[in-house]
Amino acid sequence: MAEEAGLRQEPAGIEPVSEARGLSQGQIVRKRFLGHSGAIAGLAVFAIIFVMAFTSVGYAGIPGWWKYTHEAVSPLVNDGAPTASLWPLAWGEHPFGQDRIGRDLFAMTMRGAQQSITIMVVIGLIAGLIGVVVGALSGYFRGWMEAVLMRLTDVIIIVPALLLAAVMAQLAGRRDEGSWFASFASSNGVLALGIFLGLISWVGLARLMRGEFLTLREREFVDAARISGASNARIIFKHILPNAVGVLIVNVTLTMSAAILTETALSYLGVGVKSPDTSLGLLISQNQEAFATRPWLFWFPGLFIVLICLSINFIGDGLRDAFDPRQKKFNAKKARDAGATPPAATPVAALDSRADDGRTAGGDRGA
Amino acid sequence: MVTYIVRRLVTAALILLGASFLVYLLTAASGDPLAEFRASSAPNKQQLMDSRSALLDLDTPAPVRYFKWLGGAAQCLVPFTGSCNLGKNIAGQPITDALGHALIQTLTLVTGATVLAILVGITLGIITALRQYSTLDYGVTFMAFLFFSLPIFWVAVLLKEFGAIGFNNFLRNPEIPLPVSLGVGAVFGAVAMIVAGGDARRRALIGGIVFAAVAAVLIYFSVTQWFKTPGLGPVVIAIAGVGIAFAVTLLTAGLRNRKALQSALIAVGAGVVLYFVLQPLLNQATFLMIVLLAVAAVLVGMAIGYFMGGYDRGQSMRAAAITSFLLGFLILLDRFMQAWPAYFNNSRVRGRPIATIGAGTPNIEGDFWILGIDSFTHLILPTTALILISLAGYTRFTRASMLEIMNMDYIRTARAKGLSERTVVMRHAFRNALIPVATIVAFDIGGLIGGAVITETVFSVRGMGFLFLDGIQHVDPNPVMGVFICVAITAMAFNLIADLAYSALDPRVRVKA
Repeated sequence: MAEEAGLRQEPAGIEPVSEARGLSQGQIVRKRFLGHSGAIAGLAVFAIIFVMAFTSVGYAGIPGWWKYTHEAVSPLVNDGAPTASLWPLAWGEHPFGQDRIGRDLFAMTMRGAQQSITIMVVIGLIAGLIGVVVGALSGYFRGWMEAVLMRLTDVIIIVPALLLAAVMAQLAGRRDEGSWFASFASSNGVLALGIFLGLISWVGLARLMRGEFLTLREREFVDAARISGASNARIIFKHILPNAVGVLIVNVTLTMSAAILTETALSYLGVGVKSPDTSLGLLISQNQEAFATRPWLFWFPGLFIVLICLSINFIGDGLRDAFDPRQKKFNAKKARDAGATPPAATPVAALDSRADDGRTAGGDRGA
Repeated sequence: MVTYIVRRLVTAALILLGASFLVYLLTAASGDPLAEFRASSAPNKQQLMDSRSALLDLDTPAPVRYFKWLGGAAQCLVPFTGSCNLGKNIAGQPITDALGHALIQTLTLVTGATVLAILVGITLGIITALRQYSTLDYGVTFMAFLFFSLPIFWVAVLLKEFGAIGFNNFLRNPEIPLPVSLGVGAVFGAVAMIVAGGDARRRALIGGIVFAAVAAVLIYFSVTQWFKTPGLGPVVIAIAGVGIAFAVTLLTAGLRNRKALQSALIAVGAGVVLYFVLQPLLNQATFLMIVLLAVAAVLVGMAIGYFMGGYDRGQSMRAAAITSFLLGFLILLDRFMQAWPAYFNNSRVRGRPIATIGAGTPNIEGDFWILGIDSFTHLILPTTALILISLAGYTRFTRASMLEIMNMDYIRTARAKGLSERTVVMRHAFRNALIPVATIVAFDIGGLIGGAVITETVFSVRGMGFLFLDGIQHVDPNPVMGVFICVAITAMAFNLIADLAYSALDPRVRVKA
């Protein structure tokens, strides 16, 4: 990809790709990503939330630095109103306030953020893995394998996620039956939910990966590899997959940001994370009635959902720009200095543009 | 082509069979339908359980029940017999009836929201693409990401608090303090400065004008208590109409085409005269009459354009028709505003017009205008929430598509042969940029009727999502299956339509025969 880009004639305003000369593809992508201020801001915000969420109230039995947990009840301070203030900068006893019975909202929000991030990562991993395998198999081998896998994808795509989540919640709730699933789900509720959502959200990704494989397997370098005697596995893993990794990463990011909203929505509807454990969606659903009297119970969890989701979306946008070889970093000032008309990018073949439309569409739909 | 469609339909039918089997089993497995009775201490507990078991046919294993259900559902495929049997829900109501009611509720909720979101989203996408990397572009991009990240139930609760409760409190005594008027004016001025193009001087001028206008209007509203007795009046309609005429002509024909501009202005004049003529007629309005009047407005506009002629008769007709349609909308709006005080003081509404839940005030009586305002005040909040959420996707997608088109060779050719920028954008770029957007729109319309479960829950609209959720909660497969079948069939049909539309609109793409 880098070589192709290097050969193109660039109009004014687009930084010459000589910046990319002598760099590997990974280096170019990294450079472009680091130059995308939105993505870097998103990454920073996400890192802060991540560290805060996982160190403050502790995770998996390891204690954190914050003095309360999401379940601990303490006497109401200041009638539960938030004690944090910007001026003078103070943290106070309960920075985000307390709910009606005196649980610390900061601890609950941090616990909810942990849950959201856990679910997001689990869904990203599982959906990415299944999506790649299904997409690669059906796109590379075609034939009956493609027919079967793609029909399976079609079936799963139209089964409503809400129903599946309800079934899952029901199964997890049956503690008396002692099945391995029920015992696993009752001890790791959020993990089970993540795995389950991952098992159904790979479909969009599988379609995209199939499209990528269909295009790439017709390329000359694949023929060359085949003629020199490479096995199917080698062609898939060493030749095609590295070229499809951009689409993969971008769409996994988008799936992950959509996954957060799905989790909060399911918890809101009462089929996701259940009390006594907590999640951001559950907090909002429990506290929406109290908006008039204790608005902070509603503001802070919502704020964290938006912040996490927004930062992931910005990271995804940065990745999309970084991985897209046709996207050039455009410098408006340079274009004006050169006195040029709006820059015309290199023409693309109709086929390419179609593939790209599908990709963007899929990404948007997945999100 | 025919082979392709037939093959797609056969596959779709098979997928539907498989998926419906899966959904039925999942619903049946999703819980214990007798749970509510097991914990109860009613003396006739056993009797209740038996009757529920008989109603849901619980003695038959779920796969067999599915085939029974399928047998009933298959009768729906036979046309004109009216023997469609999708089973009954727990309350004993036939699912076909329940689906009919729910479908109407859902469609009234989502149609307006989707149409508006598509219109606004495409407009924003086009504008941001034309002004790439401007402050406006960055602002809209950021807003798009923000809206994309908002959980809809959170937005809905905020809207209820500020859009309904807050606004209703404001309406009790609609006085806007002077600082607020100036502040709102300043915000609008700042937005106008960002939106406006050109150099700093022009931007500052536009921003200043907008600030003064908005502040003046708000002060006027406050002094005259406009919100108690809103209305536009013929003068405002005439001024707005002239503005519309210029804007529409600018977009459809260009201001150079004097005949088109004149046709649009004549349409405005005719509209203002008709405003007075139509008032008595509008007092007995029905829905059909409004539709007919809208059609008549378009026809009158086209006639004006036809008789004005000019070097391009089509452009004149288009400009005049769109102008008169929009003017008709203004007259309609004015008439609704005239009915506002009556609605506001209605004994059922009691001065709190914007509703937070439901799809209509129960037992409200009134003429067309009162009922129209009633559904408007109930729809405004969920519609706003849905628009905010779905706007982002359309904006981003249209922007990407438009950017790609603007970089094409034929756009350069069009510019090179000396076409005006308006023609290049409206004739060459805009239409081609809409091709991929059209497929997305088709997808979304397909997903419409099942896509608003959370919005319906938050705003207590008893639509498809409510039916679905209720079915799941009672472990009652019939409503779940009914909703699922409707949603799946529309989704698949529109997927097919999207693919066919793409190949029809873009000759480079051919469907595989």
